[in-house]
Amino acid sequence: MYKIDTKLAQIGNRSEQTTGTVNAPVYFSTAYRHKGIGQSTGFDYTRTGNPTRQILEQTIADLESGDQGYACSSGMAAIFTVLSLFQSGDEWIVSKDLYGGTYRLLEEGFNKWGLKSRYTNTSNVQNIEKEITPQTKAIFLETPTNPLMEQTDIAEVARIAKKHNVLLIVDNTFYTPLLQQPILQGADIVIHSATKYLGGHNDVLAGLIVAKGEKLCAEIAKFHNAAGAVLSPFDSWLLMRGMKTLSLRMERHESNAQMIVQFLENHDSIGDVLYPGIGGMVSFRVLDEAWVNPFLQNLNLICFAESLGGVESFITYPATQTHADIPEEIRNETGVDNRLLRFSVGIEDAQDIIDDLTKALATAKKEVIIND
Amino acid sequence: MTNQYTFQTNLLHNKHKIDPATGAVSVPIQHASTFHQSDIDTFGKYDYARSGNPTREALEEVIAELEEGCRGFAFSSGMAAISTAFLLLSKDDHVVISEDVYGGTFRMVSTVLVRFGISHTFVDMTDLEAVKKAIRPNTKLFYVETPSNPTLKVTDIKAVAEIAKEHGALTFVDNTFLTPAHQKPLSLGADIVLHSATKFLSGHSDVIAGLAVVKDPALADKLYSLQNSFGAVLGVQDAWLVLRGLKTLHVRLEHSVKGAAKLADFFQEHPLINKVYYPGLPDHPQYEIQKAQAKSAGAVLSFDFINEDVFRTFVNNVEIPVFAVSLGAVESILSYPAKMSHAAMPESERTQRGITNSLLRLSVGLENPDDLIKDFSNALDVAKKTNLIHNRG
Repeated sequence: MYKIDTKLAQIGNRSEQTTGTVNAPVYFSTAYRHKGIGQSTGFDYTRTGNPTRQILEQTIADLESGDQGYACSSGMAAIFTVLSLFQSGDEWIVSKDLYGGTYRLLEEGFNKWGLKSRYTNTSNVQNIEKEITPQTKAIFLETPTNPLMEQTDIAEVARIAKKHNVLLIVDNTFYTPLLQQPILQGADIVIHSATKYLGGHNDVLAGLIVAKGEKLCAEIAKFHNAAGAVLSPFDSWLLMRGMKTLSLRMERHESNAQMIVQFLENHDSIGDVLYPGIGGMVSFRVLDEAWVNPFLQNLNLICFAESLGGVESFITYPATQTHADIPEEIRNETGVDNRLLRFSVGIEDAQDIIDDLTKALATAKKEVIIND
Repeated sequence: MTNQYTFQTNLLHNKHKIDPATGAVSVPIQHASTFHQSDIDTFGKYDYARSGNPTREALEEVIAELEEGCRGFAFSSGMAAISTAFLLLSKDDHVVISEDVYGGTFRMVSTVLVRFGISHTFVDMTDLEAVKKAIRPNTKLFYVETPSNPTLKVTDIKAVAEIAKEHGALTFVDNTFLTPAHQKPLSLGADIVLHSATKFLSGHSDVIAGLAVVKDPALADKLYSLQNSFGAVLGVQDAWLVLRGLKTLHVRLEHSVKGAAKLADFFQEHPLINKVYYPGLPDHPQYEIQKAQAKSAGAVLSFDFINEDVFRTFVNNVEIPVFAVSLGAVESILSYPAKMSHAAMPESERTQRGITNSLLRLSVGLENPDDLIKDFSNALDVAKKTNLIHNRG
């Protein structure tokens, strides 16, 4: 068994015997010829199974120590596919500090079909146990949470999940299997927006699911095929191409993030800095809400855009971007307030990033004073 | 530009024929998953690619124009388009649906929607009385596939849409088999038209895609919200491939339809064929309806052999067509519905719908129809000999 960075570099190599290609071929073919009745090669129709997508699916299953992987057309499609395992009357317990898209899916989608979500701060495990009812069928965790970077003890939640016979689903987008392997800590299902660190180049939308257990895997496979929110062969290939450098990228994201955290903590315009100590995601609050817009407008290097996990540095304003679907009073209650910014630290030179932040903060403060 | 030209010209000369930034005549593939914003209060048109991407948008606008709807949506597969559209329904709603619907749609309705508390009744949509009888107070949707798969039954879209309107329900039509080149369900009263764009629209067996076009802007807003929430969106490379395929839709379909008509005649006259299903044959029960609501009978036909032995020998001896699932490609594709597209359907349900163990579906490609006839004749000759030997034995 190789180590994870070796596995990443080797994705797709030795996947094909005919030509010896070291790079996974992209199979665009939608249909696969049968020699005769009942003589399938294992591939029939590409929604059900595609040779390129399969390499990606096997890779992520291996990286996450699960039994089977599934590639979906977006992170939301992955979450949707997993949540469809349940039925009317079921309940989920969900991290209160949650990606806005997931919140929207639960409230505007599943709620309509009779499935209820109970939100709680999952970083305190006792909160979870309090919310469990006879209808509870799953616990859905983001750890660290988005954007408040709170960590949940997966192993401890897994014990509660087992005790009450409910599934534990973990969104591992922020850490990737490089930093956290939820299945090894007792989770049943891991979800990724692979658009983020796994893809890493802001050039492909993709979602991944990994599950453990034969019955659960078969159920997900059924719905993955039935609903058809599958990832295309080209995008599967692009994602694998990105994953080959995940280890190097994450190392740099993390060392840059640590330097930037130090800088932000010592800056007199910055209030709280939220960073769990590992990974490339940092959230922070500026002292004055009025500085937010001019600060973002004066950034020259860092990009003001939604999304995260790419090689380029991104700053997101959760209040109007990722979390715009969550009502303001809930946002304020959880801490996603109007002074909060989320920083996906890129792999540029750390000093260049710090210089950009310094200049933009100084200019923003000046502009606000002049306007007053 | 809309309505100024014929459909054939519109396929090539639409809003997206020239990229405004560079003058490129092929829509650029925008891989960006996210878009830089210059202000926190007013965002640009694009922020995150799941919510909107210029390449996918080009395809969405083109299909909306071709289907004469207000807005189009591109999905990661035909089933993703169909599933997302179904999810406009809520718990306790009811669907009336074509009984010989595509196996994947059958599976979605009968195993997934029921878990969300959405019920259904399968009916023979060609029988309008049966359609009316299936209506319940909570019926919110009529789901039509015409011609149906694989027995090519034709539903009167206008009549079903009228029944739906009387009951304040929606009508969805799966237009995969005919495409807007030959049938425009929205102009016949449907509310949403759905496509497996993997088939004739793209036409090259090289991309999986689904499309939906909505007539009414308020309903379009709801579908947009679901598309964005579930995220079963089409990748940009794939959106571009569909756009590329669309450019030749008219010529491809025209050629394949001619071939299908020729082959339908050929099979109908052959003694080893028990039954041919093709709405272009004058003895097809809905021949007149098809003629009235569509420009052609399409490029797909099904045929049933006199027995399973003949069928097996035929399959083992044909050379040209690909024996595979799917349809609507440049290559002719021969499918075995019982074990392929309709494998998800229990045998009792299948047989009742005419999907026997000796039924084959043929999607006619771009080969010369005479070559196909020659190939099929040869295979049938082998079957004839084997069958004679069997009969003697």
